[in-house]
Amino acid sequence: MIFVGELSDIPVGESVRVQGTVAIAVFNVDGELFAIDDTCTHQDASLSDGWLEGCAVECPLHAACFDLRTGHPTGPPAKKAVRTHGVVVEDGLVYVGESESANAAGSAELSDSVLARIGVTA
Amino acid sequence: MRDITVVGASLAGLSTVRALREQAFEGRIVVVGEEKHAPYDRPPLSKEFLAGTASESDISLVEPDDTDLDVEWRLGRTATALDTAGRAVVLDDGEHLASDAVVLATGARARKLSSEALKGVHTLRTLDDARALKTDLVAGSRLVVIGAGFIGAEVASTAAGLGVEVDVVEAAAVPLQRALGTEMGQTCARLHAANGVRLHCGVGVSRLIGSPRVTGVLLDDGRELPADAVVVGVGAAPNVEWLEGSGLSLDNGVVTDARGMTGVSSVVAVGDCANSHRYYTGGRLRLEHWTNALQQPVAAASALLGTAHSLPAHHAVPYFWSDQYGYKIQFAGHRAADGSLRIEEGDPESGDFLALFLDASEAPVGVLGIGRPRPFARWRRELAKRLS
Repeated sequence: MIFVGELSDIPVGESVRVQGTVAIAVFNVDGELFAIDDTCTHQDASLSDGWLEGCAVECPLHAACFDLRTGHPTGPPAKKAVRTHGVVVEDGLVYVGESESANAAGSAELSDSVLARIGVTA
Repeated sequence: MRDITVVGASLAGLSTVRALREQAFEGRIVVVGEEKHAPYDRPPLSKEFLAGTASESDISLVEPDDTDLDVEWRLGRTATALDTAGRAVVLDDGEHLASDAVVLATGARARKLSSEALKGVHTLRTLDDARALKTDLVAGSRLVVIGAGFIGAEVASTAAGLGVEVDVVEAAAVPLQRALGTEMGQTCARLHAANGVRLHCGVGVSRLIGSPRVTGVLLDDGRELPADAVVVGVGAAPNVEWLEGSGLSLDNGVVTDARGMTGVSSVVAVGDCANSHRYYTGGRLRLEHWTNALQQPVAAASALLGTAHSLPAHHAVPYFWSDQYGYKIQFAGHRAADGSLRIEEGDPESGDFLALFLDASEAPVGVLGIGRPRPFARWRRELAKRLS
């Protein structure tokens, strides 16, 4: 587990960045914490600097959107999902459990979204 | 609607194809591209690609799964005429592409100087341009950049990072004066000096010296800057000459309404070639911004198909960014010529600040941020509220 900080260090609507095997962004959405890979899958930009809108974050540079719950892109130009990670709060301290797999699950979901895009439903 | 021809295979053309498919268009789409390359992203050409940290596959705009977009590509072919009555696009090899709708996404090309036939003189717009320039950026060599606009500044930054000795020549007294005004132009000018790049402002170029390869740049004041290579970054012109006589209204690009509709039914124009009405400024504006080429096609596709769409309100606020010397420069909105400037956060001297551009009534109409992405995003949304 990666220690993030005290819960009070991440107010609602804010985010922090911690270092796992790669940088990880942790967001506080109305009291619920989410963790995703910090680097946008489109081009090099830090999602912890992004804009939170509900359960989505918009990349600060090129406006790609990701769903914090699934990591899936919800707006262009990103096409690959970011990894999501588990968040644990114990005694007011926040920890992240980094996911092991890379983007395998995300890619499968992406293919579905491509199919949906051209009007094919599974 | 059964078939649509898209002229232009860069970001605006490809984004239109994506938008058409997302809006359930299942007919035939033909995309014509003047370059032989599959669609690629241009912003990295002056930055990561030129620096060698991004490869050609890194900057590709099409992924293997894009075959599902079901496009018939005509790459390496140039459109030479548009027959609006038949909605037919004529290609350089004589092919006539007749379809129910035409999307004009022909972009812009780099403006050139007359003496550019010399070897070692470059413009930077295409992948081929970037490949050629890259081979000339050798550590220890001397580069003269003509024009301190965004392309010129980014090339200077990347070249300096590669160990090239760089001089930048700018005819105006301050770089980026029209876009950012004198004060912020000077702030950007300081970035050059702080990184060992010599910026010469308020002086024009008399001529390029050397034959067959450039060896120097002669300035109006008589000075000669030695050069192993020269980059000309003096703006871009829309690729619309081929549309003269087509019946479309042309004025610094193809004139369109806010959705990209031209005066001819089922013909739309998007991206750098479109001089479109903008709700944000209340007038026509031809934007060469990457985000415009990404987002305007959504509205144009829905206009063609008669579908409804909704975009986030802040997308209506023109936005661009630039990477120079490790600084992320972001700008949204516009600068009013009769307005003023207010530093909202940080200190321009430190290269970490947020500045607001105010109009004559002191209302914010634009925002410039360096190294402040989150407050910048908040202000871009704040500016969008002017529209509601």
